[in-house]
Amino acid sequence: MDLLNAVLQGLLLGGLYALFATGLSIMFGVMRIVNLAHGDLAVVASFLALALVTNTFLPLWAVVLVAIPIFSVLGYALQRTLIQRSLGAGPLATLLVTFGLSIVLQNVLLESFSADTRTLEAGSFATSAIELNDTISLSYIGLFGLVAAVVTIVAIQLFVSRTRTGRMMRAASDDPETASVVGASPAHIYGIATAIAFATVALAGLIFSMRSSFDPSIGPSRLLFAFEAVVIGGLGSLWGTLLGGLALGLTQSVVSHYDPASAVLAGHLVFLAVLAFRPQGLIPARAV
Amino acid sequence: MTLLSVSGLDVHHGQLRAVSGFDISVEEGQTIGVIGANGAGKSTLLRTIAGILIPSAGTISIDGVDVTRMSAHQRVRHGVGLVPEGRRLFPSLTVEENLLSGAYLRKEGPWSLDAVFDLFPWMPERRAQSSAHLSGGEQQSVAIGRALMTNPRMLLIDELSLGLAPVVVRRMYEALPRIVANGCSILLVEQDVSQALAVADHVHCLLEGRTVLSGRPTDLGRADIETAYFGIDAPAEAG
Repeated sequence: MDLLNAVLQGLLLGGLYALFATGLSIMFGVMRIVNLAHGDLAVVASFLALALVTNTFLPLWAVVLVAIPIFSVLGYALQRTLIQRSLGAGPLATLLVTFGLSIVLQNVLLESFSADTRTLEAGSFATSAIELNDTISLSYIGLFGLVAAVVTIVAIQLFVSRTRTGRMMRAASDDPETASVVGASPAHIYGIATAIAFATVALAGLIFSMRSSFDPSIGPSRLLFAFEAVVIGGLGSLWGTLLGGLALGLTQSVVSHYDPASAVLAGHLVFLAVLAFRPQGLIPARAV
Repeated sequence: MTLLSVSGLDVHHGQLRAVSGFDISVEEGQTIGVIGANGAGKSTLLRTIAGILIPSAGTISIDGVDVTRMSAHQRVRHGVGLVPEGRRLFPSLTVEENLLSGAYLRKEGPWSLDAVFDLFPWMPERRAQSSAHLSGGEQQSVAIGRALMTNPRMLLIDELSLGLAPVVVRRMYEALPRIVANGCSILLVEQDVSQALAVADHVHCLLEGRTVLSGRPTDLGRADIETAYFGIDAPAEAG
């Protein structure tokens, strides 16, 4: 029974990892960019929510609704100004730019919010759970993370496969130059992809901050989990990212049931095993 | 009425001048051929007119609008369509999705999915297939269809016959008059001289980035074309 609980908790945690990794997966799938500032962006979302909750009368759910569009606009603007310029200069340039961005974000957060560890007070939503029996209870926040991950990934998949802009996103990912001769501006299409990625990272960052405490320097260690989820699932495949996130959460939770100290290490080992024996990931990419 | 007008066009690849002092004007409903050997600057010319490459001098205008400073995707709005060299289909899209990518701007015009299917009757039943699994001729048809879906007024075709069997090439060329009949001018770059001469109203022969010969196909002698094509000063005796 305890093991079943560990499995269920692992799936909830894994759902959040998958949601968090979605943005990384999209940016890699569409633009072939590894966004090293991804983890820090989630932390920025947490602090943004903290600032909004403490300085305005907005309830938490309204803060979530406000933070996501703010991040989308930020993503579009950042792509058009910073990332697009570095794209032409090769993969190393985008790595350096996002690495630089990561350092800048961490220091801006440190400067404005100090190094204190914070929590986002989510009231009864953060502490309530569905109690299935004496040993198993599923927290609302955990269920919300898993449901948000599945809904987000299904919605993005529908968007890229059914809509005109989504189709062009796949086309621009294949061949940006040819996308431009059929009338699409690759920079604009990439901007939309980045906006979607930033919206998902904001949502994931907010859920993270309701589950556990955060401080300005926690971004890179979170990025590692997202990166592992993406690689385990298969680079550039969103279904793969969902599966990769679940696999990572499951591994950490089940191992933690036997030996809590080895949980994170076990996740890293699964990641290394996938890299060694199945480098294309669980679900290899077709495009996005 | 002049649809495309290019004057004094210079294009550089780094130090190399790939096109120099090129002038051309294409009237509505005309088919113009540009012939020349490998490396004569033909593809560079088309890619510059499409807006992928930036010229170092000269002007390009479409229907009286100067598009020289416009990027490729803005020129599509003004009616420039390109069938790129080597087809360049989107490999992760199906046949139908490749065609629909041409309708991204939703420009009004005679071309729709049905019109393209009418031009290439084999397409409808393979519309859901991945474009990566098509033969060369089929890929070329999809590339033409995709460019037509942008409803171009000036269709630029880069090496229609490249890598295709003669029978397939003939079928490709049979489609061109129907495209012109729908109100589209064609600028065709071709290594296959006889095909270009057969279909064009006017041909330019390019050598090392310059026009060395131009005229109506019927007015040009075979020996003149050979001289211009290969750049031999004194043509060999016939025979």
